[in-house]
Amino acid sequence: MANEELLSKLKTIIAPYVQNQEGLKNLTENTDFIKDLEINSANLVDVILDVEDEFDIEIDNESMEKMLTVKASIEIIEAKLAEK
Amino acid sequence: MNKRRVVITGLGVVAPNGTNVSKFENAIRHGVSGIRYVEKLNELNFSCQISGYPVYNNNYLNNYFNKIQLRGLHASGIEYGVIAGIDAWKNAGLSFNDSQSPLWEAGVIFGAGILGVDKFREAIYKVDEGNVRRLGSNTVPQTMASGISAFLGGMLGCGNIVTTNSSACSTGTEAILMAYNHIATGNAEVILAGSTNDSGPYVWGGFDAMRILPYKYNNNPTEASRPMSASASGFVPGSGAGALLIESLESAQKRGAKIYAEILGGHVNSGGQRNGGSMTAPNSEAVQRCIRKAVKNSGIHADDIDAINGHLTATTKDPVEIQNWCEALGRKGTDFPYINSLKSLVGHCLAASGSIESVATVLQLKENFIFGNINCEDLHPEIASMVHRDQILTKTLDFSPNIIAKASFGFGDVNACVIFKKYNSI
Repeated sequence: MANEELLSKLKTIIAPYVQNQEGLKNLTENTDFIKDLEINSANLVDVILDVEDEFDIEIDNESMEKMLTVKASIEIIEAKLAEK
Repeated sequence: MNKRRVVITGLGVVAPNGTNVSKFENAIRHGVSGIRYVEKLNELNFSCQISGYPVYNNNYLNNYFNKIQLRGLHASGIEYGVIAGIDAWKNAGLSFNDSQSPLWEAGVIFGAGILGVDKFREAIYKVDEGNVRRLGSNTVPQTMASGISAFLGGMLGCGNIVTTNSSACSTGTEAILMAYNHIATGNAEVILAGSTNDSGPYVWGGFDAMRILPYKYNNNPTEASRPMSASASGFVPGSGAGALLIESLESAQKRGAKIYAEILGGHVNSGGQRNGGSMTAPNSEAVQRCIRKAVKNSGIHADDIDAINGHLTATTKDPVEIQNWCEALGRKGTDFPYINSLKSLVGHCLAASGSIESVATVLQLKENFIFGNINCEDLHPEIASMVHRDQILTKTLDFSPNIIAKASFGFGDVNACVIFKKYNSI
């Protein structure tokens, strides 16, 4: 899957949880879910579940803890897709 | 310490026969029942296949919840409670708190019997399949008892008491009295009080199993709930939510708020499951004591009461309740106040009953009517021997009541009685 496509899918997944819409508009690889997008930390697990459903992968606890930025998330999703 | 005067400045309701205050008022004035046949209950082999539950389009929820809150929301009690609560808040003319500072003088006391059962069922399946990691973040807020007060408290930004009380079928009336006491003693200026109850087979099943629901009315549901009738054969399970914005008179006057009625006081007690009282039946001595103390605490005389909104569930206990009112107030025959039971129209909304019925009671004070009971043309002979037929209206009466007593009694032998009065500035 091309990086662009993955990024666009991820953006769609996180959009409903974002409280800072400016942050979503200016989304880059370095965007931090909590600091830049003001996603409620409790909702991070919901983002992970939605990612699992979208890409048909399973994200283990260790990977989950790292998924705090767009960059880290894309890396983990790519790695999990490669394992399939 | 001098108690401050406490008034009601906003109402909200999500009832089986009306999902907002104006529809509900119209329904109770015209004897419109909200009790329906439920095919699902038939499929599940329930004896009683009817219930009273609120009906609205799912899109309606978008007016009250944001997209994140709606994701995976499977808790009907939270839907009802939030709709009723937000409606009461807006009805009182209060604005939404979009600042970062909580409203320190505003609280929420919103009761529930059981909450989020459908969500809990979903969670149980996932947990049993070893899939706990897939529960997501919304299982806890939807299934914790205080989920409803937590949702409302957060939406409104309340900084005073935010809690959920629970005392079975007296929950709603108790919540109003808790709010009254909190405001009368100067601990808050505004409290959103009310109660809610989930819908569905998992809530109603336990009552069906106790064989206390009517099972001969599956083909004519609107005739099933028959409080005070000789042919009463059990209560129809219901659900929904009622909400009252309770406020110090001082605060209401300062805001120039519309005042629906005044709360004079009340009492909450228990029969201790002694002397005839049990998990499921009330100790009559305690019921009478609760009513008497409510009258005394309100600074009125029993003769001042113009009408009663009873608990009256349509079981064989209705004559006992009437007897308790007669003895507690020392009134009978033609001297007995008008009495009605909302349950003839909506069934028994369980934890939500006290608040929905209080909304009906307050509307009667504000709009000058006493709604008629349906399905009691065949008055129970024991009741007829205590109270004159004319006091048990079968049609709505244009009448301007000054004081109405409202009581609720619940499993666990618990009682609550509140005295409402038409508002008068003096």
